[in-house]
Amino acid sequence: MTNVLSVRDLHFSYHDHHAALRGVSFELCEGDKVALVGPNGAGKSTLMLHLNGILRGQGDVTVGGVRLTRDNLPAIRAMIGLVFQNPDDQLFSPTVFDDVAFGPLHMGLPKEEVLTRVEAALQAVMMSAYRDRMSHHLSVGEKKRIAIATVLSMNPQILVLDEPSAGLDPRARRTLINLLRELPITMLVSTHDMRMVQELFPRTIVMDEGLIAADGETKEILSDEGFLNEHGLEKP
Amino acid sequence: MHYAPAPLHIPDGFLNVTVSVIFWVVTIVMIGMAVSRTNKSLGEKQVPLMGIMAAFIFAAQMINFPVAGGTSGHLLGGALAAIVLGPWAGMLVMTAVIAVQGLLFQDGGLLVMGANIFNMGLLTAAIGYGLYRSVMNKPTGTKLAVAGVAAWLSVMAGALATSLQLWLSGTSNLQTVVIAMLGVHALIGLGEALITVAALSFIFRTRPDLLGEGSASAEGGRGWIIAGVIVSLIVALLSPLASAAPDGLERVAIDMGFIDAGQDAPYEIIPDYTVPFLGETPLSTILAGVIGALIVLGIMVVTGRSLQKKTS
Amino acid sequence: MHSDVFDRYHAANSFIHRLDSRVKVVVTVAFILSNALLPDAAWTAFGLSWLFLLFANALSDLGPGFTLQRSFIVLPFALVAVTVLVSIPGEPLTTFRFIAWDLTITDAGLLRFVSIVIRSWLSVQMAILLVATTRFPDVVHALEHLRVPFILTTIIAFLYRYLFVLVDEVFRLLRAREARSAAVAGFRAGGSVAWRAGVAGNMAGQLFLRSYERSDRVYNAMLARGYTGHLNTINPHELRRVDYVTTALALFVILLFQVVGRV
Repeated sequence: MTNVLSVRDLHFSYHDHHAALRGVSFELCEGDKVALVGPNGAGKSTLMLHLNGILRGQGDVTVGGVRLTRDNLPAIRAMIGLVFQNPDDQLFSPTVFDDVAFGPLHMGLPKEEVLTRVEAALQAVMMSAYRDRMSHHLSVGEKKRIAIATVLSMNPQILVLDEPSAGLDPRARRTLINLLRELPITMLVSTHDMRMVQELFPRTIVMDEGLIAADGETKEILSDEGFLNEHGLEKP
Repeated sequence: MHYAPAPLHIPDGFLNVTVSVIFWVVTIVMIGMAVSRTNKSLGEKQVPLMGIMAAFIFAAQMINFPVAGGTSGHLLGGALAAIVLGPWAGMLVMTAVIAVQGLLFQDGGLLVMGANIFNMGLLTAAIGYGLYRSVMNKPTGTKLAVAGVAAWLSVMAGALATSLQLWLSGTSNLQTVVIAMLGVHALIGLGEALITVAALSFIFRTRPDLLGEGSASAEGGRGWIIAGVIVSLIVALLSPLASAAPDGLERVAIDMGFIDAGQDAPYEIIPDYTVPFLGETPLSTILAGVIGALIVLGIMVVTGRSLQKKTS
Repeated sequence: MHSDVFDRYHAANSFIHRLDSRVKVVVTVAFILSNALLPDAAWTAFGLSWLFLLFANALSDLGPGFTLQRSFIVLPFALVAVTVLVSIPGEPLTTFRFIAWDLTITDAGLLRFVSIVIRSWLSVQMAILLVATTRFPDVVHALEHLRVPFILTTIIAFLYRYLFVLVDEVFRLLRAREARSAAVAGFRAGGSVAWRAGVAGNMAGQLFLRSYERSDRVYNAMLARGYTGHLNTINPHELRRVDYVTTALALFVILLFQVVGRV
């Protein structure tokens, strides 16, 4: 399997000198579906913001064989689809269509191509009927799915999701899990939802205090209760 | 990301005491009227609403969009605030925003705050709301178009008032500052107009009730239309006068005792505001103005960029 | 990134920190007024004002150069005063060629320009010291005591409270836009200026609606705790003798600057 993302020895500190990442390294191969777990403040969101260069610390991020630099940021952003935790941040346009079209329009794609991509992205998240709705009036679950469509329309190679199932009712959560299972794309998903991890992701990365505490088969990690407790996690 | 000072906020030291006090008096009178109007007409609900709307304007001023060559456009928000909240509440909200910018961030001075509030909060509300109110019953497209023009004019009015205050204080040469300020703000105002129109059209589509009959947006009367039109006319008439034939204005200022005769007279930065090889033609005056504006713009881009690098 | 970088207060327990906020507001305004009143080229008075500022800095435990660091914020604005260099008649100092014009800097012009910059530079530093040594809510309380209309101080208090919340929201919106601002080979990325402005306008509209709805929720939360249209606050500040003495001394010294500057 080809390597699509590699992160090597990533360090990052915020303005208050709090070290959020203290040497993070891992790789993703094509088709991997990987969970990223760990307590609040472990550095998960900070790490995700590094993957398409919103934040930039010391160390290397390589996407599709290309090392991320200031100059190739726009190209990297086309390859990594980053979905933020709060869908209200992700959806800043008046209608669903406008928002899903933002990425392709920004890339300067021709109009027909934009339309095709928007249709395909909405279909992939099963929201085709919502094309002309106001984002403002959607439910949280609907907003979450539209948020995923806003990056799918950019045809990314890797989908990076921050807490996709947080705040969803059981039915919306179930729909989302089914959606993630069926999306044929490499994904890295940060979450506290350990049952979803168990159900969906063969591989898990555990982060704590800016470091990777474990990276391996989900089954093994979830079976070690002492280890989970030590890192503020719970056995599902 | 950083807090970017806007070019219309005058710091302390750049206006003399006379001009500062005059504009404090005008501003205090207007705020007093706004306070008594809002106390009378607004329900108890309006207090948290206006407070959070003030925070909204402050935060919205940080939404920028890249224009070209590292410069970016952003919102001042005076016209938008007056259109969505009504003129009096809009004025109070802008006053609070400018007060916090001056007090907390030193973006704009304290002694000159009266002038800053007048330029960015009161004039913008009068123009923004007055022109918009005059087409209140017209189709949405017309309203948006007028709101765009009003937003642009409101920025130009603020720039013109700032220039005149600087000139009356003996800080700047009249013609140079008017041409440079209006030149730069003609572009900044374009960004203001685009964002204002897009934001309003967003609100029209999602919550038209906030802008319809019976909303705060419809509360002002005919007086506002008249005020808006008059202020707009003054801007439209005074701008070319100050930039092309400043002698008349200077005569008035000297007669009124604002500036000493001779202090501002034989200025030579761009001799008589003409480009030498073009002679004394209107074209020459305009070209001199454009050159001045471009130089100012260039310097602003450079300082803006270096500030950005430092803070990011 | 967090909007906490906006907080200008530097906690300490110095003499200046402990002064009543009214004293600090009044002295700051008097100092700025004094700078504006000083005639051009009043070098001795400018120098004394600067010493006064340094003394206040020293009393604040923030380090002697504390206010200096942020004081350069006014420099770009000095540009508007550049024209006085060549527009005030006086003894010519130097003539230089600028594109197609010969410009002469005069001594009177130079004096005026330098005076304007000094006034501004001194004033802004005192304002920086005020907010670095006073919690912003205390500044608002001082404004209340100084007869600023209650509705205005209330709006300012709400603005300060929600400023951080909404600015964080803007940061997240901008970040979400940045994350999707991609380019692919073969196409010109970025769209037109008008389209980009439209996107920014949509964000502003989106933020407006969320703020509007937030104000509904805040209002309900206030009602739930018994709000009836009157905000009753306890304003516990009481002027002590040291506050009166400091105010009197500071105002006297500032008055002296005027005397020195005008003889």
